[in-house]
Amino acid sequence: MTAKFHETLGADRLESKFPDAKPLYTESEAYYEANRCLFCYDAPCISACPTGIDVPGFIRKIATGNIKASARTIFEANMLGTSCSRVCPVEVLCAGACVFNDLNGEPIHIGRLQRYATEKALFDEAETGRKLFEPKPDTGKKVALIGAGPASLACAAYLALEGVKPTIFERGKLPGGLNTTGVAPYKLHAESSLDEVSWLLSHGVDLKTEVEVGKDVTADQLRRDYDAVFVGIGMGDDRLLSFGNENNPYVLGATALIEAIKNDAGFQLPPGVKTAVIVGGGNTAIDIARQLAGLGVEDVSMIYRRTAAEMSGYKHEMDYARKEGVTLVENARPVKVHQEEDRVLGLRVASTVTDQETEIACDLIVMAVGQESRVHALGLDIEVNDRGHVVVDLETMRTGREGVWAGGDCINGGKEVVNAAADGREAALDMLRSWGLQPRKWRYSPSV
Amino acid sequence: MADLSIDFCGIKSPNPFWLASAPPANCGEQVMRAFDAGWGGAVWKTLGVPITNVSSRFGAVDYAGSKVIGFNNIELITDRPLDANFKEITETKKKYPDHAVIVSLMVESKEEWRDIIKRSEDTGADGIELNFGCPHGMCERGMGSSVGQEPAVLKEITAWAKEYSSIPVLVKLTPNIGDILDPGVAAVEGGADALSLINTVKSIIGVDLDRLTLLPRVGDASSNGGYCGPAVKPIALHMVGALARDPRITIPISGIGGISDWRDAAEFLALGSTSVQVCTAVMHHGYRIVEDMIEGLDNYLEEKGMSSVHQLIGRAVPGFKDWGDLDLNYQIVADIDADKCIGCQLCYVACLDGAHQCIHTDNGPCSAWHGEPDHGMNPRCEVAPPQRHEPRIADKPHVPWVDEAECIGCNLCALVCPVPDCITMREIPNEAGPESWNDHVAAGKA
Repeated sequence: MTAKFHETLGADRLESKFPDAKPLYTESEAYYEANRCLFCYDAPCISACPTGIDVPGFIRKIATGNIKASARTIFEANMLGTSCSRVCPVEVLCAGACVFNDLNGEPIHIGRLQRYATEKALFDEAETGRKLFEPKPDTGKKVALIGAGPASLACAAYLALEGVKPTIFERGKLPGGLNTTGVAPYKLHAESSLDEVSWLLSHGVDLKTEVEVGKDVTADQLRRDYDAVFVGIGMGDDRLLSFGNENNPYVLGATALIEAIKNDAGFQLPPGVKTAVIVGGGNTAIDIARQLAGLGVEDVSMIYRRTAAEMSGYKHEMDYARKEGVTLVENARPVKVHQEEDRVLGLRVASTVTDQETEIACDLIVMAVGQESRVHALGLDIEVNDRGHVVVDLETMRTGREGVWAGGDCINGGKEVVNAAADGREAALDMLRSWGLQPRKWRYSPSV
Repeated sequence: MADLSIDFCGIKSPNPFWLASAPPANCGEQVMRAFDAGWGGAVWKTLGVPITNVSSRFGAVDYAGSKVIGFNNIELITDRPLDANFKEITETKKKYPDHAVIVSLMVESKEEWRDIIKRSEDTGADGIELNFGCPHGMCERGMGSSVGQEPAVLKEITAWAKEYSSIPVLVKLTPNIGDILDPGVAAVEGGADALSLINTVKSIIGVDLDRLTLLPRVGDASSNGGYCGPAVKPIALHMVGALARDPRITIPISGIGGISDWRDAAEFLALGSTSVQVCTAVMHHGYRIVEDMIEGLDNYLEEKGMSSVHQLIGRAVPGFKDWGDLDLNYQIVADIDADKCIGCQLCYVACLDGAHQCIHTDNGPCSAWHGEPDHGMNPRCEVAPPQRHEPRIADKPHVPWVDEAECIGCNLCALVCPVPDCITMREIPNEAGPESWNDHVAAGKA
């Protein structure tokens, strides 16, 4: 399975230019870091984790050399514990809550320890064939999951281990969702995402790629053929502000560009790009800014309509970006693209304070101002809010429609992989309970 | 600078820091380097009838990322020719006349003792130390701890040594006995000039879980060894203190057992040692540790207004009382400094599971997955779970608090707290005056 995915992915991708920012710990690195952990009681890192992983518990097991049990502790709470260890913004989650911030300013490197435990255990599983988790006997239940991103993958893995037969329908060629197509390559390459997907599928999850619900198969068909449907479709295309030029090859959507960098064999930036302007202040904006800087674009700036303090992008990410040469223009909104035929010459921007217009010379513009909802494309009659996000009960992940659950970015417009993993788990466990089936005692701390 | 020099039963030393009889004092080249580094004396690796050692002879206990908190060995006495040893001792003493050089000895018959003592004296050494402590290998041949465990034999051999020796005789004691006073008094009665203790504790350092045999592994097996290092310090302090306060022990003590830094050394001195001997810490970090020991002890003496190390020796000895004489009315309670607290709640769980359930938290619902057992004990708990308590400190809800009425002052919370001076034990004034268990017994109350 992994080999097939890697083949689909192809070689010669731009993302391979980015080395791993935080490489896998060596045994001694893991040993000393794990032993630094105080093993707090009711640890703040647990409460800060959207999946409620018993962080001190898994770290203690690393310290004692009990790696397999450490990995189980992680996966029971978060089936995507491997990728989350690399893509989670630990600075604002577990590590941000670590008591060492107050003790000596050096929080435990929880993400790196989690990566060590999960990767070591999965490597050992592959070597020995001794599975970390064995599925329960077949319950006869079947679930269709729409979209092969983190939410569906987590949901499907728990279901498979609980004896339910999950089938994931993915419209693209590759599974993994944003882990495969969108995560910054210095955190996670597509290959690693696909390896994780292969492991999750190995518990008995069926995956159908290049099958689009709403087109190749109808949602009603799924509702008829399966005991439950889980909607984990993430978000759709990049939103482009309506100032024209949508078809200019030098005005690109951020997630589309990132996907091309990560997945498209032979993809190159448009020729001659030296100066880029990113519109947006979220994490996707920072991500593409850093990637363009890393790919050699000499001058990368971000424009954001309010101040840095109000950006939704994380401060620690913006700090990294600044170090890499990215500049931020605050209180500015895009007005018009200055172009000559197909070439972009600059972006006219207006101050959101004074309305005064200026032009930023550039030859590439990347729009990172959010993505469109594509719930409507499913043809599934479920309630969405005014932003197009699926409305669910957050305790159960149930939509208003009988037999339909949802989670991940499609319910919140784009949070972290770890949030999607939590949603998927909660949906899976709620489905089981709705059928009167008692799930096994998965160890995690309920969200507070 | 305080005067660190000591006079130990006539043996002069520029400071109280000596190498113990062990691998760091195995040959002249080593001992001379140690003296150059600052060590005041050395007890030479035990001489006797030459033996053969096994390969693979040391083992250690690591704990939570700290290496060698305990150490054991199955090495025997010197495996180098006696001639070489005596030659090097002579050279060393000649080159370092102001340092203390003591020769550790272990032989069997009276004639052997006579001969080896004579040869030791001829080196110009300042004293001899009778090794009655080694609990592995040699004891099975009737030497080492097998002597230290038989006060009558110990006394007799001590008397032989005194008969032949014109230089001070130290008797090194084994801790592998019921009461350290028995061999200690026997040594005094035998005429010993000084005591040194403790030798190593009989031990098995660990089990090899892959091969399911013992450590340190010699082929497919191992043997009991001698345990030392930081972990044995409290055992050694107890035995040194017991001897120091006994009126029958009229001779100086050289303290040994887990001494790694100036603080450890100062504790042994305060508890009645005149010199201290170090092995494991040197085996771990080298002779260079003595620099901190000298400077640390000097600063400490200065801070305490002592001009000489002799003013420290034995100062804590009167602090020992039998349990029955301790004041039952002395009461302390834990104080948690909320400003310093980092919210790890190690005090909370230690008190909850390991002590008296008198530390409480406010940051979760009382019926939370882990909080339930505490619920009924929480005196603030007037609300039904799963409602939350209002944290006492709104912006630091993880700070636990002490129910002082229930706190029995056991110290556990302060011991586990990782933040210096965050949890302190506060004395509760007692108007009743001191009262001990023995007072109770005397008053017919017990």
